[in-house]
Amino acid sequence: MSAAEEVVTEAPAIEAVPKRAMTLGLGTSLVVLAALAIAPLFVKNFIIFQMTMLLIYALAVLALNILTGGSGQFSLGQSAFYAVGAYTSAILMEHFGMNYALTLPIAGVICFAFGFVFGQPALRLSGVYLALATFALAVAMPQLLKLGFFEHWTGGVQGLVVTKPDAPFGLPMSQDMWLYYFTLVIAIGIYIASINLLRSRSGRAFMAIRDNEIAASAMGVDVALYKTLAFGVSAGITGVAGGLGAIAVQFVAPDGYTITLAISLFLGMVVGGVGWLPGSIVGSAFIIFVPNIAEGISKGLSGAVFGVLLFLVIFLVPHGARQVAMVAQQMLGKLKKN
Amino acid sequence: MSTIKKLAVVSTALGLLAATSTGALAQKKYDPGASDTEIKIGNIMPYSGPASAYGVIGKTEEAYFKKVNAEGGINGRKINFISYDDGYSPPKTVEQARKLVESDEALIVFNPLGTPPNTAIQKYLNSKKVPQLFVATGATKWNDPKNFPWTMGWQPNYQSETIIYAKYILQNFPNAKIGVLYQNDDYGKDYLKGFKDGLGAKAASMIVLEESYEVSEPTIDSHIVKLKSTGADVFINITTPKFAAQAIKKNAEIGWKPTHFLNNVSASIGAVMKPAGFEASQGIISSAYLKDTSDPQWKDDAGMKAFDEFLTKYYPEGNRIDGSVMFGYTVAQGLVHVLKACGDDLTRENVMKQAANIKGLELGGLLPGIKVNTSPTDFAPISQVQLQKFKGEAWELFGEILSGDVGG
Repeated sequence: MSAAEEVVTEAPAIEAVPKRAMTLGLGTSLVVLAALAIAPLFVKNFIIFQMTMLLIYALAVLALNILTGGSGQFSLGQSAFYAVGAYTSAILMEHFGMNYALTLPIAGVICFAFGFVFGQPALRLSGVYLALATFALAVAMPQLLKLGFFEHWTGGVQGLVVTKPDAPFGLPMSQDMWLYYFTLVIAIGIYIASINLLRSRSGRAFMAIRDNEIAASAMGVDVALYKTLAFGVSAGITGVAGGLGAIAVQFVAPDGYTITLAISLFLGMVVGGVGWLPGSIVGSAFIIFVPNIAEGISKGLSGAVFGVLLFLVIFLVPHGARQVAMVAQQMLGKLKKN
Repeated sequence: MSTIKKLAVVSTALGLLAATSTGALAQKKYDPGASDTEIKIGNIMPYSGPASAYGVIGKTEEAYFKKVNAEGGINGRKINFISYDDGYSPPKTVEQARKLVESDEALIVFNPLGTPPNTAIQKYLNSKKVPQLFVATGATKWNDPKNFPWTMGWQPNYQSETIIYAKYILQNFPNAKIGVLYQNDDYGKDYLKGFKDGLGAKAASMIVLEESYEVSEPTIDSHIVKLKSTGADVFINITTPKFAAQAIKKNAEIGWKPTHFLNNVSASIGAVMKPAGFEASQGIISSAYLKDTSDPQWKDDAGMKAFDEFLTKYYPEGNRIDGSVMFGYTVAQGLVHVLKACGDDLTRENVMKQAANIKGLELGGLLPGIKVNTSPTDFAPISQVQLQKFKGEAWELFGEILSGDVGG
């Protein structure tokens, strides 16, 4: 059997999502945005910190969503890109005394390059094989960070402690609140850019590849270029998220970026709805808060409780938050008619 | 003057101010987490994830505080033990520590486990002036009261243990050819550093091979064969229990009989010596500070009897031969001692003050003669160990109680 036949007979890994269905309506977006902007004024610093982490993981989930939902490629290696971003920011801040805000674009660019290069082997692999190749990357990363060769920069197993930035211009807000708004602005910027990317020529090329690679190449889409590009963009955004994560947590260590993180992000994408970008934040909330809820129910069996909750979600709403949102929209529509 | 030092001075000044202004009104003083009826103790453990075997420590502590509460609490106050899971992931540890301090308002964060998780929260807790008391890791850096006045260790640190072995080797085997096997992480490297420091200038000539393994390797047999081929006659075995048992077994299989030093981490009869085989384990030298629960010599010991009583009554599901149970039991007793000493002054500052003022405390789980000692400049509560040799089916203690204090 030739390679071409193999591709044709393979069932599509990702259900095609029309591009309009990838975003929220303008009104809903504004309501969500307003909620995100106002909420921190009324809650404790600890909750603000959790909300910051929510946005950061949402960015990482969004990046995976562009890769999987957009171009149809799997990745279980996002934790590696996240780690590279986190370490880039941490090393630039601590060893070179660079301003935290400036480290983020650098983390993004380095991760973009890293993802683009890693995307090359991805050209030859698809489906579960690609997932396994990226899995290898995620497993290798914590050990690479511990290598004695890099230890001078990475701090080895001890990790690096990062200084948390104060609010600039003497703004009367806590470090946590400043960091939250800083993250929020970046997250909104990346969200809008991502939507525009998927609506652009490149985005259409991604989706054409996702839906049918051979048809896409027959139409003149440079499959190799766009596949690696998707990897690069996804890795770049994940890198920025990683950098923000390092600043918020104030610490980087190899143990923070194990395969568990990659699986969590993957989980977040599925729960949020594959290919539905606004779902990223729902998926992120799931991976941050549900383990806490599970722990509250039973400490010894927290993993099992988490499993049951995850199973319920997948069983009841297999398309994740996207499905819930669509049902809600239909119900609203009916109400309006009545 | 460092910022932290400045903070410390300011806080002391504020504390004095507070003491003088309210002293006349009432004797009782409380920080968040303490009241007339309860003391909130926060804790973070890896109940899930790669290090979940250590979660037993948290469960034992919880059971011990249940016992304390059932017996009337501490100076009439009940302990409210809030323990969270971090899965041994530092970002999660930060989240849980902040939850404990800012949401639950615990008085202190007690015995969080693991070097990376504790490193992640050390700066935060010190800036918030919340005690990070008796951390469950043997890294050497926790004894640093100057830079981190709110962080205190507990167990003998890794470096001091290998320094003791090094001294013993210099005395008894001055011409030894030493082969070292260590786990390639912070724990293994800390031990190795202590050992080399202990040998001093002779380290380069005496050590013939430093071999490391990854914790993810299924077996370390090939490393043992390599070590044997160097002709080393002293073997320093810095491995965790599973690998320690493999090493002992493999040594016997290939007929390599060096003087074998085994780190305290793996000196468990139930988890290492028994699975490896008693015959292969004869003559192994190690060190200890806790009584081994599977060692028959403590059968009629008062401390061990109290421990067994506690297990039957409050923690029947606990695995008696798991070394983590004895660890959790002992460190919980240490905390109770500190809280009792605080009296009605349950401020975070006073908790640290009392913790830094433990003199000659003896606990039932510690070997006879080993005492808990701290001072404002010594934040390493247990720094004594005793050497022991494996004989028959038990450890035989020998020599004096040794001390190897190392600062962070």
